[in-house]
Amino acid sequence: MHVHQVGEEPSGVVDGPAAYLDHAATTPMRPEAVEAMLPFFGDTFGNPSGAHGPSRTARRALDAARGELADVLGCEAGEVVFTSGGTEADNLAILGTVAGRPGTVLVSAVEHRAVLAPARAVHAYLVPVNRHGVVETGALAALAAAARSLGSPVTLVSVMLVNSETGVVQPVEALPAVLEADAPGALLHCDAVQALPWLDVASLAAGCDLVSVSAHKFGGPKGAGALVVRGRAASVVRPVLRGGPQEAELRPGTQNVAGAVAMATAARITAAERAATVRRVTMLRDRLADGLVEATGALEPAPRALRVAGSCHLRFPGVVAEELLLLADAQGVAASTGSACASGAREPSHVLTAMGWSGAEARESVRFSLGATTTVAEVDHASRVVADAVEHLRAQ
Amino acid sequence: MSGGVDSSVAAALLHEAGHEVVGATMKLWGGPSDSGCCSAADVRDARSVADRIGVDHHVFNFTEEFSAAVVAPYVADHAAGRTPNPCVECNRHLKFSALLDRADRLGFDAIATGHHARVEHSGGRWSLRRGADVAKDQSYVLSVLTAAELARVLLPVGDLTKAEVRSLAASRGLVTAAKPDSQDVCFVAARSSAPGGGGGRAAFLGSRIALHPGRVVDATSGDELGSVEAVELVTIGQRRGLPGGATARRYVVGVDVAERSVLVGEPDLLLCDEVTLGSRTWIGDELPVGTACMVQASAHGRPVPASLTATGVRFGERARRVAPGQLVACYRGDEVVGSGVAC
Repeated sequence: MHVHQVGEEPSGVVDGPAAYLDHAATTPMRPEAVEAMLPFFGDTFGNPSGAHGPSRTARRALDAARGELADVLGCEAGEVVFTSGGTEADNLAILGTVAGRPGTVLVSAVEHRAVLAPARAVHAYLVPVNRHGVVETGALAALAAAARSLGSPVTLVSVMLVNSETGVVQPVEALPAVLEADAPGALLHCDAVQALPWLDVASLAAGCDLVSVSAHKFGGPKGAGALVVRGRAASVVRPVLRGGPQEAELRPGTQNVAGAVAMATAARITAAERAATVRRVTMLRDRLADGLVEATGALEPAPRALRVAGSCHLRFPGVVAEELLLLADAQGVAASTGSACASGAREPSHVLTAMGWSGAEARESVRFSLGATTTVAEVDHASRVVADAVEHLRAQ
Repeated sequence: MSGGVDSSVAAALLHEAGHEVVGATMKLWGGPSDSGCCSAADVRDARSVADRIGVDHHVFNFTEEFSAAVVAPYVADHAAGRTPNPCVECNRHLKFSALLDRADRLGFDAIATGHHARVEHSGGRWSLRRGADVAKDQSYVLSVLTAAELARVLLPVGDLTKAEVRSLAASRGLVTAAKPDSQDVCFVAARSSAPGGGGGRAAFLGSRIALHPGRVVDATSGDELGSVEAVELVTIGQRRGLPGGATARRYVVGVDVAERSVLVGEPDLLLCDEVTLGSRTWIGDELPVGTACMVQASAHGRPVPASLTATGVRFGERARRVAPGQLVACYRGDEVVGSGVAC
């Protein structure tokens, strides 16, 4: 068997087939979204905060985008706060809520670092997950009861809709009932950044006061995101950045009009095509996962039924994922482990650790994530390359 | 590629010689540190050099291996009153073991580093020799390698002086050309100059093991002269930081962690005839007892004549004692024959 070696191809150039299977990291932009943003790099350059003609044109575009995104997210246009992305939306949700109403904060142990880091800064408590990575709602209720009995009731709970590494869907819909007894006043934040391509966020996060999304995870541009701030949250959340009165005085700074418009366009198309995309990608994901499980004995961290269609998370016992990914990359297969530090080194995942995995097990796991543009050819190429690489690495 | 000038130039020279080069930076330490091979700034420098040369660059996470094979023994050695050399253990267990194995699995023929030493192959025999720049020679920290490892190691800057390396880096526009050499132990953050700023070896060890004050006793008279803050941080041969001022030339001649005592005395009390070595390695075949060689007990220490014994080396003339935990490298001429760790 020939395994193509690292370094045989110059950087980033691959002759022959390639497979982009890192959609959870970022997605290629939808052509319609690219098209939608172009006018704002040309004649439509106005600042939406002004009063004159060019400003009004920009304002109209921004308002239209706000309405379009609100439709997808199941909220009012006035409840959409545009941000620079998912991380800023999460920070605004956590730090902005605590600034307005101090108290006990609970977040799941498997949140993205965009939630975990601000949560740590406000001394949040972590809610454990079960071995499949699903938040333990019983533990959440118990923590809420304990906080209440200690005289520091829970004021904010943050649970993601879809885990960024494992693709596991969290029981966000159930949370209002879970918190009803001991934290009825707590605001509920949902980081829905990974969810939009796969789930009906509007309905699943309907009970949440705060919802974060990020454009580049569903065919929009990087540098654009939004936080839904609705109902009782509107009177609690305070801005994190200080400046002008833009975005309902919650997020100062001239808006990224092009980004907001492209995000709304991508969101609309993603939502319209979602059912078909989920059907097609589920088949592709099963083809990839079944193929690799069969060929390599790979293990799946959680049943597929618990995970979104695009998630193919596999552990290859006896293989260091870092090495597998390098060999795969040399053959044009782009995937990841889901977590990297400042230096770019791959890190053992806090998500897998929270699920009870050892560091060694975590280092054997790879996140393949499929998206709306994934093809059968990509999946088959990846399946072949990865199976060969696993066999090669195990033979050493 | 540590992000330093030597490995930068090593990569450039191999690439120019037509090798298929891929840069690799080892992330070794997850904790706070501001020196050495692990910081994001160093990775940025390494990546920038790789881009400039035109080769791929990867960061490999070896933090678990490093923690287990280098940091844990470093802490345990100090707790036992020994004086470990973590850079040597990193070469032994990480760079020329874990990384070399990974390179094998990924299909590379060899790894190259920026160490100042020379690998030679003649008459079917692999040898390790001192670097051309005597002041920068690093053959000592590589003396734990074996011929099988040397066969897969390239040291492209070993024939160059440091000045030549810097000039080659500058002429290629590498950002590391004027970067200062790394100092100290890479995983121990430098001591902050601010009051109560933390950092340093004492803070690093103090957060991992209990440090105990020790009595300082005159080895000849038995008089108690004062105390040191942490007996675990005292090293045989140490002169600084002892109580009693500069009235006499006093050195640490014994450390007993269990008794929490430090013996001090005149420098001639440090002299000894031989040193017993553990973890002995030979680059080629094991040499017979009695073989004459020169031994060096620190990175830039003065080599002294000695002969091999069954358990270590015997000095030609009484020589200064080697602190337990320190590496002793044996040379014949400028060729390394093997090494061992002082017991």
